[in-house]
Amino acid sequence: MAQIVDRRLNGKNKSAVNRQKFLRRFRKQIKKSIENVISERSVTDLDKGEKISIPKKDTSEPFFHHGQGGHRDMVHPGNKEFHQGDTIPRPQGGGQSGGQGDGSEASDSGEGEDDFIFELSREEFLQFFFEDLELPNLVKTKLSTIIETKKVRAGHTSEGIPSNINVVRSLTGAMGRRMALRGPYKKELKKIDAELNDLLKRHDESDPVIIDLRERIHYLKNKIKRIPFIDSFDLRYDNRIDHPVPTTQAVMFCIMDVSGSMGREEKDIAKRFFMLLYLFLTRTYEKIQIVFISHHTVASEVDEETFFYSRETGGTVVSSALKLMASIIQDRYSSNDWNIYAAQASDGDNWHNDSKMCIDLLNKNIMPFVQYYSYIEITPDQHQNLWDEYTHIQSGWDNFAMKKIEKIADIYPVFRKLFEKRDA
Amino acid sequence: MANSVKKNSPISETSEWTFELIEKYHAEIERIAGDFGLSTYPVQLEIITAEQMMDAYSSVGMPVGYSHWTFGKEFVNTEKNYKRGQMGLAYEIVINSDPCIAYLMEENSMPMQALVIAHAAYGHNSFFKNNYLFTTWTSADSIIDYLLFAKNYIAKCETRYGEEAVENILDSCHALKNFGVDRYKRPPTLSMQEEQNRQQERADYLQSQVNELWRTIPDKDPDGKDAAPPRYPSEPQENILYFIEKHAPLLEPWQREIVRIVRKISQYFYPQRQTQVMNEGWATFWHYTILNQLYDEGLCTDGFMMEFLQSHTNVVAQPGFDSEYYSGINPYALGFNMMTDIRRICEQPTDEDKEWFPDIANTDWNETMHFAMKNFKDESFIGQYLSPKLMRDFKLFAITDDDRNRKIQVSAIHDSNGYQNVRSTLSEQYNLGSNEPNIQVYNVDAKGNRSLTLRHTQHLRRPLDKSAYEVIKHVARLWGFDVKLESVDANEKVVKTFECSPPKH
Repeated sequence: MAQIVDRRLNGKNKSAVNRQKFLRRFRKQIKKSIENVISERSVTDLDKGEKISIPKKDTSEPFFHHGQGGHRDMVHPGNKEFHQGDTIPRPQGGGQSGGQGDGSEASDSGEGEDDFIFELSREEFLQFFFEDLELPNLVKTKLSTIIETKKVRAGHTSEGIPSNINVVRSLTGAMGRRMALRGPYKKELKKIDAELNDLLKRHDESDPVIIDLRERIHYLKNKIKRIPFIDSFDLRYDNRIDHPVPTTQAVMFCIMDVSGSMGREEKDIAKRFFMLLYLFLTRTYEKIQIVFISHHTVASEVDEETFFYSRETGGTVVSSALKLMASIIQDRYSSNDWNIYAAQASDGDNWHNDSKMCIDLLNKNIMPFVQYYSYIEITPDQHQNLWDEYTHIQSGWDNFAMKKIEKIADIYPVFRKLFEKRDA
Repeated sequence: MANSVKKNSPISETSEWTFELIEKYHAEIERIAGDFGLSTYPVQLEIITAEQMMDAYSSVGMPVGYSHWTFGKEFVNTEKNYKRGQMGLAYEIVINSDPCIAYLMEENSMPMQALVIAHAAYGHNSFFKNNYLFTTWTSADSIIDYLLFAKNYIAKCETRYGEEAVENILDSCHALKNFGVDRYKRPPTLSMQEEQNRQQERADYLQSQVNELWRTIPDKDPDGKDAAPPRYPSEPQENILYFIEKHAPLLEPWQREIVRIVRKISQYFYPQRQTQVMNEGWATFWHYTILNQLYDEGLCTDGFMMEFLQSHTNVVAQPGFDSEYYSGINPYALGFNMMTDIRRICEQPTDEDKEWFPDIANTDWNETMHFAMKNFKDESFIGQYLSPKLMRDFKLFAITDDDRNRKIQVSAIHDSNGYQNVRSTLSEQYNLGSNEPNIQVYNVDAKGNRSLTLRHTQHLRRPLDKSAYEVIKHVARLWGFDVKLESVDANEKVVKTFECSPPKH
């Protein structure tokens, strides 16, 4: 009789280890492929899995086999018009050298493809995408004022809620109590029993002493019986107390120029950059706050949705955004408690009297408080006036970085440059 | 058998399967298989999901296997093809073990489950148990244990020596896995208990043995040096992995053990590679025969039969050489038709059959087929049993492709002049010995730079593929010193040499 085993509930991910090994081995190729992919993706698509293709020759495993040439005899089915002695021109490319043992391993995934193509899940994709990146200068400026707590076990108590009852402890206690309370009665019972047996040898049941003893035995047995099996006194509860956990807090300011001078393409690049940043932050840092500021002549704090998808026009006054940022820092993120980061994207175009003001604001009200400030200029042309002014800041502050992005393909490399892991 | 047909009611009407139905169908299939005299290992049917089937598929069908990126690659590939819908999953995977494990995929309908039970759990199973190659080369009762041992051992090595070091060794061994087989010596049986007990002992012993080759004690007779130094090994060795396991000077004991594991597992699969046509043909013949018997007895419905036949027909389809679906001869098609043809020759031989197969015409078909199943491999099976009728049915023709001629020549077709030629050519096509390059360990320069020389003896002037250089790199990694591969032609003249030094540490 056959045995039928239902294995469906066994884990299905037996190959997960092997899959990881495969990904690890071809990291370099996969990263390269991701870089190509990122420039072709639209903003909304960034956050998805990806089809990755890596050169097939890299993944092939060599083994000894015959090459072209020499003498070969082969049998094929489906002859229609050939007769013995016919000649056929040799097919170009040689391919199909036939023979069962010949190519079964060499072409393991269909013929003619030069690339080995497979899909990465979203998680894997982002993992590769943000590998080796981090927020620079993240230090614990101050242990968080918002005390994070974690529940930890702390022995047992005699008070608590029913769901926390510790059954084993409670029952052990009950058993101990029962034994303790029963002890004296049992001792006496034993004594009386012996006495009774002794008396019975000489007297009969009607003897008053015996009747007394019988009554006493009955009384004691009842006493023992009445000891409760479990008492509210026995109950023990698992105790958990709050334990403070130190955390660091960080806030990221995303500042984007949405003015008219930013063309559609520039805006698209800026959005992609911030989308990357956003993905990076939300993925890597659970406890990070993000403030989106978009500006033209006036700046406003917006939500994520508006930040990425709304369209605006108008002139450019960069300082408006910096002012807003400075005031938000003052109101909500006093820098003793917070790690503050900022990223700004603009085409570098600014109302020309304004740039000086920006420098002032940065020097006085922003740079002393932030861990890291990165600026990207999106323009295919010469550097604009904001860039020139910002170079002063760069020379003055270690925690300031600026880069220029010319085309979509630059986004990822620049992003990596700005946030690459530094050795402390 | 067929003479006691009685009208039964079908076991099930719908195509949904349940555990009870599987049991019922299985009981009937088991009974019919028994009536036909199939001798099998006990059967274990395992219900699995499509994902699990992909897992099994990418680990060469083994229920447990050591981990390595190549299986990951296989998995990624299978998954991709499956998701794109390019490929139905193999609906049967069966493991040559005792008890014989056959997988049933949960997505399959009842007729498909019955088909798989008949095909895998009885067809393949009886082949595994009775074919001489399998009984000689594999030990079904201990393979699962051994695979488990291998998996644990390699995992242990990864923790101790690092994943990369283990991966390197495995890569190198995989490159040589087709050259880790003893073709003529019966291997000892494998068992986990024994392996574990002996493994440590062997590791110590091997380490001491290696030095034998590199002995530095001077010869007793230093005058004899004018004679050419004797080659080592004195006879060429075909089992390259075995030679490396025993003699590579620089391998650590754990590395030798890994070489051994790859070698043993490839040995285990060696019979499967030699009996593809027969094995599939046998299993397909029996699922066809058994399910038809079920139908004759009224145990399954017309709908059941239709679904089964559709699937069966797809499996045994053979596109012609000029079809876009052509990818060589389909082993299911050739095997199934040859098996059916043997039965026909036994039962209704024509004059031609009587002339070609006097010893089997008009004999008991079941006995004859069992004899064929037990005592042949693809190469000899085709050489013995491929009939002229079948060659006509398949319209087989042989071509000769010689690089000295500008054109390919049709050397024989399915006519009376050509039958013998077509048959022997096809038989040769399944000869692993001539399909794989003949490469053997030729010499070790024991007195000099310790380099290893492999020798490729060309068969019909066929050269080695360029990729041989990549393989040589792997050999050099295992050997630890220079490695040279010489390709020699029929006159023992070296026509091409590949050389490689081991990676520097």
